[in-house]
Amino acid sequence: MSRRTPSKSERAASRRIAAAFLVSAAGAVGFAVTYGLNGGTQWEGVCLAVAFAGLAVGLAVWSRRLVPVGGYVEEHEGFVPPPAEQAMTAAVFRAPESPTRRWGLLAALGFALTALGVAALFPLRSLLPWDRQRPTRSLKDTPWGPGVRLVDDQGRPLRPDDVPADTMVAVFPEGRIDVGDAPAFAVRLNPERFIRHPAGGHLGGLVVWSLLCTHAGCPVRLYLKGAGRVLCPCHQSSFDLLAGARPIAGPAARPLPGLPIEVGPDGFLRATGDFTAPPGAGFWSRP
Amino acid sequence: MIMGPLARALDDRLRLSPITRRALAKIFPDHWSFMLGEIALYSFIALILTGVYLTFFFDASSADRVYQGSYAPLDGATTSAAYASTVRLSWDVRAGLLIRQTHHWAALAFVAAIVLHLSRIFFTGAFRKPRELNWLIGVTMLALALANGFTGYSMPDDLLSGLGLRIITSVVESIPLVGTWLAALALGGEFPSDEMIPRMFITHVLLVPAILVALVSLHLGILVRQKHSQFPGPGRTEHNVVGSRFWPGYTLRTLALFAWVLAVLFALGGLVQINPVWLYGPFAPAESSSPAQPDWYVAWGDGALRLFPPWEFRIGGYLVPAPFFPGVVLGGLSFVALYLWPFVERWCTRDRHPHQLLDRPRNHPVRLGIGVGALTFYVVLVVAAGDDILARLLRVPVYDLLALFRVLVLVLPIVTGVLAFLIARALRRGEAVSLGELTRADLRRATRPAPRRPAGEDEPEVPVRHRPGERIEMWPQGELWRWRYRNEARQLALTNNRAVTSEQEAVETARLAYPGVDRVVVPGPPPPPARALRVALRRWGRATAAGSLLVAALLGRRRERRRRRDGDDEPPPA
Repeated sequence: MSRRTPSKSERAASRRIAAAFLVSAAGAVGFAVTYGLNGGTQWEGVCLAVAFAGLAVGLAVWSRRLVPVGGYVEEHEGFVPPPAEQAMTAAVFRAPESPTRRWGLLAALGFALTALGVAALFPLRSLLPWDRQRPTRSLKDTPWGPGVRLVDDQGRPLRPDDVPADTMVAVFPEGRIDVGDAPAFAVRLNPERFIRHPAGGHLGGLVVWSLLCTHAGCPVRLYLKGAGRVLCPCHQSSFDLLAGARPIAGPAARPLPGLPIEVGPDGFLRATGDFTAPPGAGFWSRP
Repeated sequence: MIMGPLARALDDRLRLSPITRRALAKIFPDHWSFMLGEIALYSFIALILTGVYLTFFFDASSADRVYQGSYAPLDGATTSAAYASTVRLSWDVRAGLLIRQTHHWAALAFVAAIVLHLSRIFFTGAFRKPRELNWLIGVTMLALALANGFTGYSMPDDLLSGLGLRIITSVVESIPLVGTWLAALALGGEFPSDEMIPRMFITHVLLVPAILVALVSLHLGILVRQKHSQFPGPGRTEHNVVGSRFWPGYTLRTLALFAWVLAVLFALGGLVQINPVWLYGPFAPAESSSPAQPDWYVAWGDGALRLFPPWEFRIGGYLVPAPFFPGVVLGGLSFVALYLWPFVERWCTRDRHPHQLLDRPRNHPVRLGIGVGALTFYVVLVVAAGDDILARLLRVPVYDLLALFRVLVLVLPIVTGVLAFLIARALRRGEAVSLGELTRADLRRATRPAPRRPAGEDEPEVPVRHRPGERIEMWPQGELWRWRYRNEARQLALTNNRAVTSEQEAVETARLAYPGVDRVVVPGPPPPPARALRVALRRWGRATAAGSLLVAALLGRRRERRRRRDGDDEPPPA
């Protein structure tokens, strides 16, 4: 092909493209310098953005000004092959020595492969180690039980006086602060305002409930003291503590399980059993 | 140049030149909506590049680790290694925060580009025969992208992601019969387990990305094999593709898009904070944060969980909890509907023909209505996921908003769907070209029932004999042959995308692309259009116009100023 002399507009476009690539290189150098001087996330990002934007502008101008846009056509053969071709391919599979003709052997092979596939699923059971509880049991059981002392988030055992009247206190079974389904909260309410008795009982207005929302298991940490309600920040389920922690708004359908408590001989609060129902979100189980 | 001998050496051994020549000449249609899928592809590449960098610093373990570093509020705190290493990566690894935030933004852009691409494919009917397979692969990739987004979001073990993980665990546990087993197998026990972070990590960095890479390759391989679909237009038929060649025009354009995607992602990653896990704090089973919103692409699920009423029931004494319906059933139905759509539509329209020409969205009012309604439904759910923030901003009780959203999520999709259906029908039947030109008469006509059409192809191609002024011109070019399609009436000339080796081949390809159009042999290629002159004229004209406007404005201002200086008391003429 003969080289033709570039037109005036092409020369202008070339200049713009080269300038854009120079800006890009400047951005790259800027990024390296910023990194070297520990110039911060913002400048690093800006420099890289300039580097790539320069590339983008240069390439875009190049594609618009110096090469043709559109104006070409390619044939499209379609995808329905001629019947003769299909028949030829099918004939290969139907040839006398073709393995697809031996139905009995194929069935046996299929049986073997199915057996292998099913057997290969068995080791997946190890994903839940065999020495651990089965799922439904582990969801129903919590570390709470008779005599387990209530501690706060620092691990300190709680006396009834440690629960103030104006806030909720997160409580945990002693020594098991990190267990997912154990967190509970203690609040002090006026027993005369109870519309319904708390499921786990109360000690002169001191009540303990599971902290986990019965909808999807988020901790219900928003306490509206005056109304005696707790609210879940995840999906806005609201529970009326004066009515046995019954759900009154939002998507939760079951009341918060209560925790039966007593004051032990050492003066600290302790549980007298597990929650009155499995804590947290519901699952396929009988009550 | 070293490239020449190297290319020749490779060609001598692999015979690449025929494949390369065809590949470089592949035609890409010139329409912006064909670039949406590429944005997804390039976001995916950005995800892989930034993600590999992050793995060098992230410690996927829930073991205790003491964070020591420049983020003072957490200095000396004992947290999980995953959380401590994420904070360290953000505060103490140079460029770490940039890469982490870019990775997060790229994930948001990836899913957004997939959804836009999917909408384009849906509304233009590009999923019809022969492209159903690529639709299925695409929907699978959307599901995998959502899954990988969620695992990536959950791995840093911060308070917000821990809440998200707890919710998704609850949703899985709500499945009848198998739910508790699925959740326990996935987590290796009860939430929160020590195994969950390492397992999410290997899923996030190996398992899902490997499947995604395989599916992307398959998606593109099928695309090249089937060639692009295209919008109808002059010279475009069911038997050809009109547009730009891959080399050089489209290569430059797509690389420019790649660079744009990276530029935007790095600008976002550097300037716009996202997921500041050090502010959320480490996960603790008894803590929660408010407000709590997930990333946008799972927000529809979160919104559905918020809106669904507290309905639970028991089967034989066994509980089916409330999250089962908005979480499992809605998500499952959404993807089943996506997977089945091409086949449902084929069954309804009884259209079994292959289609290379796309529909304009208005040509299928029912499909448009259903699509717009479905999109509205999910948008309402996404907005509903922010109802607590909205309530705070608008100073209204959150439960009033909840009630409003419960109505909107059912009513609004029907309203927008019917509206889209009617507008599409009005545009299709009337003379209006765009929305702005619609008249009341058009809309009134749209509400009347449709005239019956014969089943099958909706608009058959006009036979060649009724299209005068079309011809194929062929000419020899040295040893090779080229041809081009000319349409005098439309003043259109389309050159075939590559030279072929014989006149016979030129005739065959031309006959494939334009069946029945007359062919003539001409002595040589047509003269190049006087593009430079036209461009210069247009630019000169524009410059003159702009200049005269500027001069007029300056003169006007000067006159104004002079008048003010001459007599302030004189009121200006009204």
